[in-house]
Amino acid sequence: MWEQIRANRIRSAFVVTILGVLLVAAGAAAGAAFAGPDAAVAGAVLAIVIWAVLWMTTISAGDKVLLGIAGARELPAGELPQLRNVVEEMTIAAGLDQTPRIYLIDDPSPNAFAAGRKPEQALVAVTTGLLGMLDRDELQGVIAHEIGHIKNRDVALMTTAGIMLGAIVILGETTMRAMWWGGGYRSRSSNRDGNAAALIGVLLLILAPIVAQMLYFSLSRRREYLADASGARFTRYPEGLASALEKIGGVAKPQADQSRVTAPMYIVRPLRQGEKLGVRGSWFATHPPIQERIKILRAMGGGAGYADYERACQRVTGHGMVGAQTLASETAAVPAQAMGLVGVAGGNKAPAGAVQGAPRGKTAVEEQARAAHPPSAPRRLRDASNAFLQASGYSKQTCSQCAAVIKVPPSLKAKLRNCPRCASPL
Amino acid sequence: MIWIPIILGVLVLVMILVYNGLVRTRNEVENGWAQIDVQLRRRHDLIPNLVATVQGARDFEASVLTRVTEARAQAMGRIGAGPTGAAAVGLAETALSSALGGFFAVMENYPDLKTGQNFLALQEELASTENRIAFARQAFNDAVALYNTRRESFPGVLIAGGFPRREFLQIEASMRELPDASV
Repeated sequence: MWEQIRANRIRSAFVVTILGVLLVAAGAAAGAAFAGPDAAVAGAVLAIVIWAVLWMTTISAGDKVLLGIAGARELPAGELPQLRNVVEEMTIAAGLDQTPRIYLIDDPSPNAFAAGRKPEQALVAVTTGLLGMLDRDELQGVIAHEIGHIKNRDVALMTTAGIMLGAIVILGETTMRAMWWGGGYRSRSSNRDGNAAALIGVLLLILAPIVAQMLYFSLSRRREYLADASGARFTRYPEGLASALEKIGGVAKPQADQSRVTAPMYIVRPLRQGEKLGVRGSWFATHPPIQERIKILRAMGGGAGYADYERACQRVTGHGMVGAQTLASETAAVPAQAMGLVGVAGGNKAPAGAVQGAPRGKTAVEEQARAAHPPSAPRRLRDASNAFLQASGYSKQTCSQCAAVIKVPPSLKAKLRNCPRCASPL
Repeated sequence: MIWIPIILGVLVLVMILVYNGLVRTRNEVENGWAQIDVQLRRRHDLIPNLVATVQGARDFEASVLTRVTEARAQAMGRIGAGPTGAAAVGLAETALSSALGGFFAVMENYPDLKTGQNFLALQEELASTENRIAFARQAFNDAVALYNTRRESFPGVLIAGGFPRREFLQIEASMRELPDASV
């Protein structure tokens, strides 16, 4: 199983390289479209500068922003021994050198995520809602999935890919906006060749963010399948994770953290107010549909290895997911446990079919509509500044009358009585 | 004739890669064993606490306790020898597991012990320790399987002289049927 990290590096490097090429091409296209073919090189350099700035911001902010967004606190020593034990057990099963730090999120919505670019800095965060809902075997399945992300280096991969995607989107949006106001090279020039280059540039600028997003999301979904497969293999008990996903999918409350940036690391995609988990897949989804994931785990037919997962995946979805090199690292059959390992209270399994399926067509349409219109640049800026405010301890209050959101600094000790905007009592 | 040094060079390169692969998998086996060592010690350290929970009880069968303590002493003497001692460790730990199985069977007759504060506090630790051993064994055996396959298949078999075959670790679990204290 240790071989799989190496295999994954090759594939990750490939996707990240394509994203990098797209970024440079988009930069060159921006230059050509805005200032003529001679500016293509300058545009490419600008693209790399944008990427470097984003990269440095992310590295210096580290996990604090992510944890701040989620409102997580580190689990104090001696508290919740079962959670700590489960994390340590899965660390052993995965063969990691170091136990990830454990964070708790006070949120009734059941979810969990992994973070940390290197296994040595890794952490696992779970919501209190998750802990209250799952038995030991199911919790083990969820933690195994998250440890799978850490073992497969998904955090580093998705961060790198996410930064590239961000740079491409910013580049595309800014140039298109600037051309809208200032006019492109084409409208100011009479050079025919230059015109053609500028036109190609504009086309590339429109296409690059879309292609980059599709690459990014398909990569994310692939990593989810692989983390599920790892979860099954580490626990030797696919039913634990399947049953956990079923419970999580059945509840699926909207969650406080809805940032698209952090979504790929959660076990299921965090939901917005009034939204349900989609039944059908989408090209622009970070996660495969939850029902499909459950179906694959339950179709593993008494096996718990990557080969069993790959077969089940073929049967359920018609395509493989695990990757040839990962499969080759498995030299013998890996049978599943007939039952979970000893849990303190025994495994009280959720009855099959307890999931309430979301209304089919509507959700998928909504999901696609939202995916087709990613949040605008000012919206993203506000999301980011909110994240920083929350990371530095600001609390949020919403006025029931005018829906104004008031961000209260931690230094303010007095309680707010009236809305500063419409003066109605809070 | 320029081909001869090129072919030789490629052959040497392949051999280097194969050798390094063998070394890496062998180290994984060693690491896996180190983890098992840690978890077995954890198991051995828990047993005195377990015995202490029944010490106060009148007429708890002394023979059961002696069997557990003796099996523990035996098992403690076995660890520390590295992966070459896998077979001996497996036997000793299986004996300890079966002694513990007898201990829990007797404990069924003492409901107030089973639901006592001391035992309840131990229970999650016991369950987790058994899980840790199972998972460490699983990771170790995976590493052994990969290592053995590497050294026995071509071209690894050509240079596997310094890489002895490793045995799997087998422990029969019996604490799986841990008494259910929630009843």
